[in-house]
Amino acid sequence: MADQLAELPLAATDGTAPLLRVKGLEAWYGESHVLHGVDIEIREGEVVTLLGRNGAGKTSTLRAIMGLVGRRSGSVHYAGRELIGARPDEIARAGIAYCPEERGIFASLTVYENLMLPPEVRPGGLPVDEIYKMFPNLKERTRSPGTKLSGGEQQMLAIGRILRTGAKLLLLDEPSEGLAPVIVQQIGRTIRELKQRGFTVLLVEQNFRFAQTVADRHYVMEHGRVVDAVRNEEMAGAMERLHEYLGV
Amino acid sequence: MDEIFGIPAPLLFGQLLLGLINGAFYALLSLGLAVIFGMLNVINFTHGAQFMMGAFVAWMLLNWAGLGYWWALLLAPVLVGLTGVLIERTMISRLYKLDHLYGLLLTFGVGLVIEGVFRNEFGSSGMPYRIPAELQGSWDLGFMFMPIYRGWVVVVAIVMCLATWLVIEKTKIGSYLRAATENPALVQAFGINVPRMMTLTYGAGVALAAFAGVLAAPIYSVNPQMGANLIIIVFAVVVIGGMGSILGSVVTGFALGVIEGLTKVFWPEASSTVIFVVMAIVLLTRPAGLFGRA
Repeated sequence: MADQLAELPLAATDGTAPLLRVKGLEAWYGESHVLHGVDIEIREGEVVTLLGRNGAGKTSTLRAIMGLVGRRSGSVHYAGRELIGARPDEIARAGIAYCPEERGIFASLTVYENLMLPPEVRPGGLPVDEIYKMFPNLKERTRSPGTKLSGGEQQMLAIGRILRTGAKLLLLDEPSEGLAPVIVQQIGRTIRELKQRGFTVLLVEQNFRFAQTVADRHYVMEHGRVVDAVRNEEMAGAMERLHEYLGV
Repeated sequence: MDEIFGIPAPLLFGQLLLGLINGAFYALLSLGLAVIFGMLNVINFTHGAQFMMGAFVAWMLLNWAGLGYWWALLLAPVLVGLTGVLIERTMISRLYKLDHLYGLLLTFGVGLVIEGVFRNEFGSSGMPYRIPAELQGSWDLGFMFMPIYRGWVVVVAIVMCLATWLVIEKTKIGSYLRAATENPALVQAFGINVPRMMTLTYGAGVALAAFAGVLAAPIYSVNPQMGANLIIIVFAVVVIGGMGSILGSVVTGFALGVIEGLTKVFWPEASSTVIFVVMAIVLLTRPAGLFGRA
């Protein structure tokens, strides 16, 4: 395994320090050991996906980076700071924002309150007007309860509200899941636009055709570890391997 | 206007007012319980003792420091709220990962200890607390005399309930509170210090109980049992209104106070059980309470 990992085309070979460096990350929920030493590096401005089957540890990796697991060990190094001992709110304040798979829209809050909920952690977040420009649907529904939105609108709200905070690294957990193709395309356009605006994105995806349209690089996870890494331009040549990992 | 349903009007209105007063205390206390339960998932059985502490702090401020009712209304909630913060930090916060039952046992025990300490120090006979000069006397409403202080209690309780509701429903802090009630982990992952919020919420709920205690001091005698007597009924109110529902606790508090008062007029023997009968009926037909989300 170590040999294999050494050959992975990690990004940070040009000498610049990665924005996020996860090393040997292990995580537990109660007694169950879900991550067995995850290694990930992401440079500023990159869009990187985590691919893998159900239960491979993709969601757990995002949750472990945010500190939302029972226990974790290893190293999560972000923007020059070690965060492995930090609480979730401190990790958020360091500039990492998280959009969960279940979207986490609050039923007892209006759309506007949901949008304004995450506090600004540093200057330089998108103004609300810009977020409305990206997701015009939200502007028309500001006073509705958050969960009265359609699935696609809820996803837009879940992404939109973490753009305001000034966080630079976005952890997005399957934003395309369960959405109509048209909406998936819109989410894809949004992620590309976010990249242009200088956001760094770590994206969990099951759908690697979608992943291919937005990402610079892909990590493949299996049994709580990263087992392979592919640059987006090498995807075509790696299809056979990927099919085997993902069993599609 | 002399008799209504064969009952002398002054008696009817007198009991109605008494019902409203009791309802005001039910509402204030169950409101604090609802706020605490919503955020901490802890049923705060210390609430009655904290209500009693509010009344005692008012008495101490007057007799030991010469500070009167208005100062007590301001200071007692702050002081008792701080003891709440201490209890949450040192004890309750350790139980969040365990079953509800542990929080219930702990707060029940802490309540008993506090009541025991006060009984030891002050005995159980009770001490008088005078109605402040500004609120003495009564208004002649034509059909009955209305003691000014009692009217004041009802008005202040309504204002307090409304203010609490406004803070929770209409402010930024309130939106954090509502969100953290639904999904505390995610709210913390947005950068909000949820553990600190829980501490402050508990402190605020306790302060609300102490505030009610100060209001109660001139009406009931200040004694170590005053909270224990009331809290049993308040828990019935909470169950009827629906655990954790702000609106439910306020509306149910006032409504049950009035129902209890009217029962005293029409069927006095049933007045001490009527609330529990209502509770049984509500539990049978709507187990989540009148305003609770199932």
